[in-house]
Amino acid sequence: MEIPYTVEARKDTGLYNAKVGIWLFLASEVMLFGALFSSYILLRVGAASGDWPAISLAWPHGLLNIPIGTFNTAVLISSSITVVMAWASLKMHDFGKFKLYMGLTLLCALGFVSIKTYEYHEKFTHYEVRLKDGKIMTGHIQGSPMFWDLKTLADKKITTLDFHPDAAKQAAKAGEAPAAKEHAKHAPIPVGEITYLSSFVPKHHTFFAIYFTLTALHALHVIGGALVMAFLWLPGAKMWKTDPERFTNRVETAGLFWHFVDLVWIFLFPVLYLL
Amino acid sequence: MQAPSHTAEHAHGHDAHHEPGFLTKYIFSTDHKVIGIQYGVTSLIFLFFGFALMMLMRWQLANPNTAIPVFGKMLEALLGDVAKDGIMSPDLYNSFGAMHGTIMVFLAIVPLAFGAFGNFVVPLQIGAPDMAFPRINMVSYQAYFLGGVVMFISFFIPGGAAKSGWTSYSPLATVADLAHRVNGQTLWLLGMVLLITSSLLGAVNFITTIIQLRAKGMNWMRLPFFVWAQFVTGFLLLLAFPPLEAAGIMQLMDNLFQTSFFLPAGLSVSGNPLPVSGGGSPLLWQHLFWFLGHPEVYVLILPGMGIVCEIIACNTRKPIWGYKALVNSVLAIGFISFIVWAHHMYLTGMGTKISTFFQTTTMIISIPSVIILTALFLSLWGGSIRFNTPMLFALAFLPMFGIGGLTGLPLGFNATDIYLHDTYYVIAHFHYVVAPGTIFALFAGVYYWFPKATGRHMNEFWGKTHFVLSLIFMNLIFMPMFMQGLAGMQRRMADGGATYSMAYAKENNTGTQDGLSPKIIKMNKTVSHAAWALGVVQIPFIINFFWSMKRGRKVTSDNPWEATTLEWQTPTPPPHGNFTTPPEVFRGPYDYSVPGHKKDFTPQNQKV
Amino acid sequence: MSDNHSTADLKKHIRTYMLVFLALLVGTAITVGLYYVHFESVALTVSIAMFVASIKSFLVAGFFMHLISEKKAIYAMLLTTAVFFVSLMFLTIWAMHDYPVIKP
Repeated sequence: MEIPYTVEARKDTGLYNAKVGIWLFLASEVMLFGALFSSYILLRVGAASGDWPAISLAWPHGLLNIPIGTFNTAVLISSSITVVMAWASLKMHDFGKFKLYMGLTLLCALGFVSIKTYEYHEKFTHYEVRLKDGKIMTGHIQGSPMFWDLKTLADKKITTLDFHPDAAKQAAKAGEAPAAKEHAKHAPIPVGEITYLSSFVPKHHTFFAIYFTLTALHALHVIGGALVMAFLWLPGAKMWKTDPERFTNRVETAGLFWHFVDLVWIFLFPVLYLL
Repeated sequence: MQAPSHTAEHAHGHDAHHEPGFLTKYIFSTDHKVIGIQYGVTSLIFLFFGFALMMLMRWQLANPNTAIPVFGKMLEALLGDVAKDGIMSPDLYNSFGAMHGTIMVFLAIVPLAFGAFGNFVVPLQIGAPDMAFPRINMVSYQAYFLGGVVMFISFFIPGGAAKSGWTSYSPLATVADLAHRVNGQTLWLLGMVLLITSSLLGAVNFITTIIQLRAKGMNWMRLPFFVWAQFVTGFLLLLAFPPLEAAGIMQLMDNLFQTSFFLPAGLSVSGNPLPVSGGGSPLLWQHLFWFLGHPEVYVLILPGMGIVCEIIACNTRKPIWGYKALVNSVLAIGFISFIVWAHHMYLTGMGTKISTFFQTTTMIISIPSVIILTALFLSLWGGSIRFNTPMLFALAFLPMFGIGGLTGLPLGFNATDIYLHDTYYVIAHFHYVVAPGTIFALFAGVYYWFPKATGRHMNEFWGKTHFVLSLIFMNLIFMPMFMQGLAGMQRRMADGGATYSMAYAKENNTGTQDGLSPKIIKMNKTVSHAAWALGVVQIPFIINFFWSMKRGRKVTSDNPWEATTLEWQTPTPPPHGNFTTPPEVFRGPYDYSVPGHKKDFTPQNQKV
Repeated sequence: MSDNHSTADLKKHIRTYMLVFLALLVGTAITVGLYYVHFESVALTVSIAMFVASIKSFLVAGFFMHLISEKKAIYAMLLTTAVFFVSLMFLTIWAMHDYPVIKP
């Protein structure tokens, strides 16, 4: 039993089924990310004053690495062009070019996720520490462990935290300190002075909560899209021999999803990194 | 249904003629009719389960802090201390209440109305061989089933099922069970993610199918109203669910990873400050929840309206009055339903401008709803009415939905809602639309399409008995609740308002004479008795359903109701692929009693 | 989408894709460059950022996703979605900022 219009377009709509389906699905995704963006706006506007209970509630700025984010943006944009070239190659019956471009797309996807992983790791090893005298510092802990907090210090029976504040690092970079090339100046902190210790994890501040939620959901979509494209690149490519038009439609459909993933990032990047 | 004759091992390459094995045919089927029946059976089981939860709750309301007979001991054995000595504790009451709502809305009504009836009937009514994406259809059922399993399991984990209302408002939803990291609320959220996935996949399928797979000649204005209703319902599910999914993800983060999406700064629980960053907003959860929540109620009602329309046309032997008005109204309802949601939030401190906006849109949306109801009423005029069981349920739907809809008006007005919000009046209102409203429409649909699915009729006598008794008891349950609500009785009180009664005030010298009168408190008992009676009255229906499958009166034709729509022009039951030859449509959906025609009905695919 | 493109047509399309790709890279550079320019008001900063992002998204949606030559049905559906998305965002933000202020 054949489902009509799986490959050929229906005359009055001019569309084949999967194209209608994928656009409908993308519409729902617009609502999903739209709701998260709306939440971002609400949370940020609500946090603007930051007077009470501590300046820790104010919305942080400049905590994300812009060069890396920019590079990642370029990677995703490149993957968009390669995937549309993959489809165009199939349209021109050039299977070899399809394999090349689809492979490049997958490489870009892998690159994006790897860079994101590096960024996440960077956040998980970056700490904010608050002291009894009211001082608040950000920086790294010797050895770059992840997810430490006060409980970890107690469990590991640490009495002095080997802390490398960010400010010292930047000063070292600017060449102000004599041993500039070595470790940045570090400030050991007696654990008794610490009232709060946390890495930049979602629960540290709602900015990180929404940052991680938005980017993780986006990354899941990147991975999902990559898995589908990997299937079409390898085992699924068999269909090119038996039903080339249907296979081309599949690549087009997957490409539409991929472009959407790129679209979301085009908004995510300025909103999270720049604004 | 044909008996499975070969095992899966015998399945070979030639796909048109081999017999699929049992697993492929009944469990992993991609046939929309099988999937429809899977949805139907599963959702009816959950309907019964949600009803059972309510029947237990009604004992506690009628006889607060007394042991539940028979079932009390079972509850204690299954759930432990929350049902100590067979008495339903307030925590258990809240749990049952939250899950009753969740199960009825998401696991029973929507899967039955959209998943079951939609899947079975829509491809047949548009003349298609199946849904556009049969495998996605199968996956959508499986996601639903898994979501149901997750929700069911949540009753038996430490801490019990979710107990923050089906609305899961933060911060309660996050702090209700701090003792367990993975608790009932966590499973509720995970279950919801699965259910939302199922609905999204289903919506994509339905909309694509209706756009792309209509038979030749089946243009938009020849579609049965049922299909239009399901089309709009699909859009509601597609676009309204994702914000709840986003909110669900954020609440999961709050619960599992101590984020503060919905937790404000300075929150204290039992005297201890909560160790979270703060900076979130409980109102954000409410907005995102109700953005789905309101379109969701139209998801609950529209398929039912569609079913009623089909049955009325067929059993009055005349065309539906105002087909165009019906179509335009259902499209209008779909669109406007997205911009009314904050009428569920009038008491959150919104200012007058925004409240007026939502009040206005809420009033506007009542217009197309009334148009639909009026058109259905007017369709009865001059009809040659056949009072069979489906028709009785469809007829009763009209005034019952009327009551439900009209009682929504004081709730839609900001000013009156200040008094009525969160009272039993609200419970009465929405139960009228869903219980004697939608559920009656769904019962009508079961009796109506049963012959097409099984080749046999359900028993008429027991059907009519089921109808009369259900109608009586439904009204006995929900009518008093209007009075209780107007008297000020709040929702979600585990003791049925006992501590707010006049009697309590007198006994405990609370310093006031005011409170719920004895008459109002006594209504709890009447309502409970009616609820249990309604439960008993479903037994003949359940027996009738299963007995008739094997022993019901056989149909004498493929079109026993002499209806015009395409699902009746197939073999009974329809085979895989539905139509022996692709049908062609020449006329509208309700060509009954056309002057000059031989019979009093002319099927859509009949040329002259 | 079996509107059979001829090879010549496709080569034209490919040229368009390349131009769009370059435009997107330039757009990204502009986006980041603007970050270092200070604007007086928050509203202006946000508007400009969103404007650049919108141009980029139009390019991706219009050309890579072929929306510019897509069928009416798809437009209608996307327009409806856009309306609902904007309503969600706008009405929620309005609701959270319109509350009665009690003057002593």
